[in-house]
Amino acid sequence: MILDGKCPTGPIEQTWDKHRFDLKLVNPANKRKYNVIVVGTGLAGGAAAASLGELGYNVQAFCYQDSPRRAHSIAAQGGINAAKNYPNDGDSIYRLFYDTIKGGDFRAREADVWRLAQVSNNIIDQCVAQGVPFARDYAGYLDNRSFGGAQVSRTFFARGQTGQQLLLGAYSALSRQIKAGTVKMYNRREMLDLVVVDGVAKGITCRNLVTGEIESYAADAVCLCTGGYVNVFYLSTNAMGCSVTANWKAAKKGAYFANPCYTQIHPTCIPQAGDYQSKLTLMSESLRNDGRCWVPKKKEDCGKHPSEIPDADRDYYLERKYPSFGNLAPRDIASRAAKEQCDDGRGVGPGGRGVYLDFGDSIKRLGADTIKERYGNLFEMYEKITDENGYKRPMRMYPAPHYSMGGLWVDYNLMSNIPGLFVLGEANFSVHGANRLGASALMQGLADGYFVIPYTIGGYLATVKPYGTATDHAEFKKSAEDVAAEQNKLLSINGKKTVFEFMRELGGLMWENCGMARSKESLEENLKKIPALREEFWQNVKVTGSGAEFNQQLENAGRTADFLEFGELLCRDALHREESCGGHFRVEHQYDDGEAMRNDADFCYVGAWEYKGNDKEPELHKEPLKFDNVHLAVRSYK
Amino acid sequence: MSDHKTMTINLVVWRQKNANDPGKFENYTVKGITEHHSFLEMLDVLNEDLIKTGKLPVSFDHDCREGICGMCSQVVNGAPHGGQERTTVCQLHMRNFHDGDTIYIEPWRATAFPIVSDLVVDRTALDTIIQAGGYVSCHTGGIADGNAILIPKPAADEAMDAAECIGCGACVAGCPNSAAMLFTGAKVSQLALLPQGKAEAKARVKNMVEAMKECGFGNCTNHYECQASCPKGINVKFIARMNREYIKAQF
Ligand SMILES: Cc1cc2nc3c(=O)[nH]c(=O)nc-3n(C[C@H](O)[C@H](O)[C@H](O)COP(=O)(O)OP(=O)(O)OC[C@H]3O[C@@H](n4cnc5c(N)ncnc54)[C@H](O)[C@@H]3O)c2cc1C
Ligand code: SF4
Ligand code: FES
Repeated sequence: MILDGKCPTGPIEQTWDKHRFDLKLVNPANKRKYNVIVVGTGLAGGAAAASLGELGYNVQAFCYQDSPRRAHSIAAQGGINAAKNYPNDGDSIYRLFYDTIKGGDFRAREADVWRLAQVSNNIIDQCVAQGVPFARDYAGYLDNRSFGGAQVSRTFFARGQTGQQLLLGAYSALSRQIKAGTVKMYNRREMLDLVVVDGVAKGITCRNLVTGEIESYAADAVCLCTGGYVNVFYLSTNAMGCSVTANWKAAKKGAYFANPCYTQIHPTCIPQAGDYQSKLTLMSESLRNDGRCWVPKKKEDCGKHPSEIPDADRDYYLERKYPSFGNLAPRDIASRAAKEQCDDGRGVGPGGRGVYLDFGDSIKRLGADTIKERYGNLFEMYEKITDENGYKRPMRMYPAPHYSMGGLWVDYNLMSNIPGLFVLGEANFSVHGANRLGASALMQGLADGYFVIPYTIGGYLATVKPYGTATDHAEFKKSAEDVAAEQNKLLSINGKKTVFEFMRELGGLMWENCGMARSKESLEENLKKIPALREEFWQNVKVTGSGAEFNQQLENAGRTADFLEFGELLCRDALHREESCGGHFRVEHQYDDGEAMRNDADFCYVGAWEYKGNDKEPELHKEPLKFDNVHLAVRSYK
Repeated sequence: MSDHKTMTINLVVWRQKNANDPGKFENYTVKGITEHHSFLEMLDVLNEDLIKTGKLPVSFDHDCREGICGMCSQVVNGAPHGGQERTTVCQLHMRNFHDGDTIYIEPWRATAFPIVSDLVVDRTALDTIIQAGGYVSCHTGGIADGNAILIPKPAADEAMDAAECIGCGACVAGCPNSAAMLFTGAKVSQLALLPQGKAEAKARVKNMVEAMKECGFGNCTNHYECQASCPKGINVKFIARMNREYIKAQF
């Protein structure tokens, strides 16, 4: 089937304004008759729930943590982009739009990206009004820094804790609505199914993580704002609880999963230290503003203390390979370059899996105080984990799974192919194409939540009759029974391997065979091994305790079961996409110099997969991508 | 990667099935811990052992494991988050311990934080305090340019110092009176320091202090244990500022 994104046509500058005018409105007095479920309270969900509550809808919001303030958006360090052009360095909405399309390797929709760039400026204003303490200069003006993939300085930041401050802003707006009674907050709830009544999304099934009760909630629309899925690699920069579960359950109810193979490997993370490790820690991309990446030129120098290697024997490989962007090359490119150096035997640290990020020159130029002022908390974090002082000795870095560009397919209104099911933030696939530029996920989450969904959801609700909150329809009962049955099954297997062991094994397969470099052979291997591992899981997993109590192993078991299904889809998508683009690198498709070779003739489309059952092949639906404003070109950062 | 020396650690852990269970300490031994294990990774090792022997693993809250979400909450050898300066328990590393050490692990203890399971407590009272006024009542949209309000760097920086609070509740756990003054003071101060927060300053501080009392948090008697327990270095000067704001609000 050919999918239609329902993008407005005409001059790109007018698309969003025109579309907003064309959308139907719900009259103010009728809004309170409509119920909206928002799953997730990160930047996307927090902003959406607050804004929809404020408009007068009845909102029910859910998160799995003990408070909406803890969503993983909190961990974002570096910053948020906007096209304010405050530094007067040539930025504009058009340039942000252009950079994002190009950065995404021409695999995103133009209209969606335009809208994102257009509302980016409103986001900064909104956050300032909320009291987000963005960095300021002495005169009191907002400060900016540079980020990868752009030659202008458009990133706003709050020390190294931008995500935290933006999330606390959204959380404060949400708290205000909870107090006002327009939003009812459900903490420690995990959505374990989407309820679809007559082809329309009408609610969700959750587990109360404290009591273990299976609960049903009904509404006129469901917004999934449930974040990304890179924990499918087991070790990633995501929080321990991040999962594909909400998205995958929706996919199993018919929502199409778009471009799952577009995963971002972040170039600067602290290298893995041992097998017991539970997660990887990111060091913000902003560090590449002042840090220079290098490895020894000579293999025999790799074991030396970095200070013993003279400048002439260091290979500043990003500056060498990409002179115009240098250390600020986009993430996919910087990650692959780091891997190349290590594969060449010139990596440093344990297992030779590391490159240096060196602040020596910047400290000489600017002084250690300035560096500390800019990145102090990151240096602190690095030292806590590695016991090494980044001011004195270059940091060691290695790429790690970080972000998912793929996600549930949505049209221009952020609605999936299931009417009434909306998907926001990292959970959808919409604006980043095959690679996301730094500081643009925060922007997208808040754009979707504050400035897109409040309009587009009205366009949908104006066409449906209020459903109410009763959950007596047979579909709700069936969903609750299915969820309970799956849990009972997990608890009854009583096998020999723990959930972590399975997750580690799956993660290993995904990282080795479907990580930074993918081939037909490696992917086919995974398509054999993952179903086998899944089968073993359902025979041999051990989960202790019961379902009727607080049980974190049971939570993890459910998430792992979903990753074991979803991982296969990710590999299948990667196998079908016979090209290299953005974060998806197929070794068969590269130029002589190792750069990615895109195939626009055959693959300039969004690949959206329809679930057909675990033992059946999913069906691929395509949404062709058209580029009317940005010329389709080979992406170059040289 | 297995060339590290390993440690054997004795653990004394608070086990409590749910809020109604009286709870008690249990002893465990974990082996094969290296200096690079984080504290929570050491607990992961314990839990894997427990599961394999058919026992219930220890419940503990955690999510980001990098010191920012505020989810982790354990009293380690009597100190919230283990007592290292500016360190959450998820950032604590086993290099701070020695082979053969005995470590006591308990949940946050405060009337306002009922125990959910083992080391997991219910901290919704902190949300209730924020709901009482920890915000600027601006609507989405229709807002002036971000540079329309000038905020000199020192004010922005001080507001940011207060805003670094991660809402973990260690200040409450560390306080002999279970007061939430540092947490509340940080939010009141952040907004009081910024021009955006001025309009509602009086109502905000009154309502938040009121909510704090209603939730069952105690009073401040200047022990400064909160600051010592705080993994984000939130300074007690913000309590003083809240007190000033509170007095101002009476007139
Ligand atoms: C370490 C790190 C640093 C980053 N730095 C930057 C940066 O500097 N700039 C930038 O632009 N981006 C950055 N990013 C990316 C960005 O932070 C995220 O993409 C973005 O915050 C995601 O927001 P979200 O609202 O979509 O999801 P999240 O913030 O992940 O929120 C997901 C929400 O869904 C809930 N949830 C999930 N599943 C369920 C379920 N089944 N049931 C109930 N609730 C559920 C969770 O409780 C949570 O509330 C960074 C990411 C990481 C990991
Ligand atoms: S003030 Fe410190 S200890 Fe208290 S909640 Fe905030 S971060 Fe935690
Ligand atoms: S787990 Fe997030 S702060 Fe410790």
